[in-house]
Amino acid sequence: MTFRVAAAPHGHSQQNTADMMRWVCYALIPGVLVQSYFFGAGVYFQLFLAIVTAYAAESLCMLARNRNARSALRDNTALVTAVLLAISIPSLAPWWIIVIGTAFSIVVVKQIYGGMGQNLFNPAMAGYVLLLVSFPVQMTNWLPPSTLANYELSLWQTLHTILFEYTPAGYSVEQLRTTVDGVTMATPLDTIKTALSQGYTVAEAYQQPVLSAIAGVGWQWVNLAFLLGGFILLQRRIISWHIPVGLLAGLLIPALVANLFAPSVMPGPVFHALSGATMLGAFFIATDPVSAATSPRGRLIFGLLIGFLVWVIRSWGGYPDAVAFAVLLANLSVPLIDRYTRPSVYGHSRSHGGGDGQ
Amino acid sequence: MRDIKSFVDAGVIGHFPGGIHPPERKSPANTVALRRPPLPSELILPLRQHIGPSGQCTVEVGDKVLKGQQLTEAQLSQGLPLHAPTSGTVSAIEERPMAHASGLPELAIVIQPDGEDRWITRQPLPNYRDCDRATLIETIQKAGIAGLGGAGFPTAQKLASQKPIQYLIINGVECEPYICADDRLMREHAIDIVAGIEILQFISNAGQVLLAIEDNKPEAIAAMREAIDGSDSIKLRVIPTKYPSGGEKQLIELLTGQQVPQGQLPLDIGLLMQNTGTAYAVKRAVIDGEPLLERVVTLTGDLMSQPGNVWALLGTPIAHLLAEGGFNADGDARVIMGGPMMGFTLPLTDVPVIKTTNCILTPSLQELPPAADEMACIRCGACADVCPATLQPQQLQWLAKAKDYDALESNDLFDCIECGACAYVCPSEIPLVHYYRKAKAEIRNIAREKAKAELARQRFERRQERLEREKQERLERHRKAAEARKKMQQEKAATETSDAASAANKPAQDKSSAVAAAIARAKAKKAAQQAANNTSDEENS
Repeated sequence: MTFRVAAAPHGHSQQNTADMMRWVCYALIPGVLVQSYFFGAGVYFQLFLAIVTAYAAESLCMLARNRNARSALRDNTALVTAVLLAISIPSLAPWWIIVIGTAFSIVVVKQIYGGMGQNLFNPAMAGYVLLLVSFPVQMTNWLPPSTLANYELSLWQTLHTILFEYTPAGYSVEQLRTTVDGVTMATPLDTIKTALSQGYTVAEAYQQPVLSAIAGVGWQWVNLAFLLGGFILLQRRIISWHIPVGLLAGLLIPALVANLFAPSVMPGPVFHALSGATMLGAFFIATDPVSAATSPRGRLIFGLLIGFLVWVIRSWGGYPDAVAFAVLLANLSVPLIDRYTRPSVYGHSRSHGGGDGQ
Repeated sequence: MRDIKSFVDAGVIGHFPGGIHPPERKSPANTVALRRPPLPSELILPLRQHIGPSGQCTVEVGDKVLKGQQLTEAQLSQGLPLHAPTSGTVSAIEERPMAHASGLPELAIVIQPDGEDRWITRQPLPNYRDCDRATLIETIQKAGIAGLGGAGFPTAQKLASQKPIQYLIINGVECEPYICADDRLMREHAIDIVAGIEILQFISNAGQVLLAIEDNKPEAIAAMREAIDGSDSIKLRVIPTKYPSGGEKQLIELLTGQQVPQGQLPLDIGLLMQNTGTAYAVKRAVIDGEPLLERVVTLTGDLMSQPGNVWALLGTPIAHLLAEGGFNADGDARVIMGGPMMGFTLPLTDVPVIKTTNCILTPSLQELPPAADEMACIRCGACADVCPATLQPQQLQWLAKAKDYDALESNDLFDCIECGACAYVCPSEIPLVHYYRKAKAEIRNIAREKAKAELARQRFERRQERLEREKQERLERHRKAAEARKKMQQEKAATETSDAASAANKPAQDKSSAVAAAIARAKAKKAAQQAANNTSDEENS
């Protein structure tokens, strides 16, 4: 009688890649719920469009590459890319925005580089940057938080706006963003940036209704919800602490120092921590293992770099937020970071830091 | 880093990077007392059982052998002798499938037991302290003892080192899940093990002994603690359960806070490590005069109805042990020799127990599910987090797939101890160790080919050199011959010239004299004619 032959080890831990990716999606749920509460149900339509597009694009690419499409869909990596991109864009953005962005993320950023595990850049963020530089108007049309909005859109009105760029009553997104006083609502980061560029101080910017909370109405809660999701990922050991801690330290320490020296022109660490995509970026985007550094020390440096770049771009750059740019720039430096952070091997007296190439 | 002595004296337990905590599953096999299965119908003893070359066979087919009789001859540093595990007849010396993942055949001595189990005359050395070191090392060598923990390195060779030993480390860690052979041995034969440890200490002249046991074996710890009670030099070190803390390098780091420098052996930093099972075998060899004939083998896994630990004679067919363990045969089953982390599956069960066989594991599919389909690496770094050698397994995996052998070597592939922790945690279920083993084999092959090519090149160059030299010599010879000839000719010519000089005059003289003579002859003739005419004229007139 002959028996089954297998390679050691014969056991395996319970964690697998598809489950890890699924858990990333689960951990996003609190953030998505809070986001939909403040910015409307549009995010659900965006999610739907993104997921359909991602699965279609992934399947087509796999078929074109003569690979098994079903196994590629089952690893859930396309799902995570789609979800991250869908929640990063304004919820009333026209449908073709998310379709173009997701298709670009999957086809160009992921599959053309060789598919899962081979991409140099974070697919969702590369897609986001493509959209932001190509369609700046649609990509910055964030609605005011519902608590400050004049109009409340029904599901049908939301869908109609996404599909046809106007509500059934004929309002454009631009009009929806305008308050009774005729002032266009901007995001907290936008508001600060505009105010500072016009010579106002941070304290004066805080007079604006959107900033009438600790770090911006709505946005602070969205960030806290993503922070909660981040804790879920940490607790389940799906991510390690190095990248989030590095990122937050890289962002908040410079923010704190700058705020102490120039409080009138430099918003403080709490504002930075709870605005824009800080928490989503720290726990869900920068932690994409494929395009991040690999060693613990390398990840800390990778996180610090992203955080610092976010702070620099937010403070002096042309765009209000910077997570996507910072992540892509850090992705570029990963080979360098990996090379100089290789831990020393057992019994070798010193590390190989930068020694022999790969 | 603290030096070894201050670290050990502080009595602390160090730390090694990485490691995993797979389900231990030592029970139920470790709850049953050691037992002795009935004699198998034949014993298959491969000539090669351990690291190093095989011995020379000293028996012939048909020979009657006694228990403990030597079957092969081997010198120190050349391998180990093999002994008949029981009395019987040598029924064959032929190639048999081996306990190896390939099941490839190797030369083996097959013994048919006669059931009498009659010993040869034993030569016990109960007062071994009166013997000198060399005698004891020879006794251990002749007993055929190899390290029973894993690799099976000949014990006498380790002991024969001339380097001073500061600490003797006795490895009773047994960190791999399921395996509990050392656990049972320590519970039931603690005093014998300590006697063996004392012999090893006496031979190695180690100042202190550190006995390491993982904290998941409280009964073994209690038994050993009692057995070493009163000894000043044997210190018990209970270490936390983590795989692979029983690895030689990992255990050294735990106990001494030191890493064995790359390219060196523990001996080079004054450490000698032996397994508890080996210590027991040493005791049997020295004090009882019994060579290594049997070892403890764990029989475990859900497919066995009577799991436990057995004294298995070397050469016992695995099928015999499976029957002893109550294995319920199933074509889809895996029969693993060794543990779940580093063991290998056996395609056939008529392969024998060898000196390094510590466990036969027959897991059900639910217990240890077979590997799922390999997915792409997502660089999550889980493998690097658990690697006890602090390698970058994900990097090695890419390099192995790309067959970039130079980079694999510069990324220290050969520091991988193949513990399997990386593959265990890999969420993409990549059989990482499999890739490394393959790459290592290929690199070794390339090195061998290179060495061969180098040899061939040297041979070719030497041949070319020789041919060239011979050609030069030939040319030289020819040149010399030619020169000699030329010289000779010249010499000849020189003498000929002087001859020729005289000879050149001589023919000229000859010539002129001949002409003169001819003229003279002609004149004389003419004169004679004239005279005759004158005479006739005178007569006629």
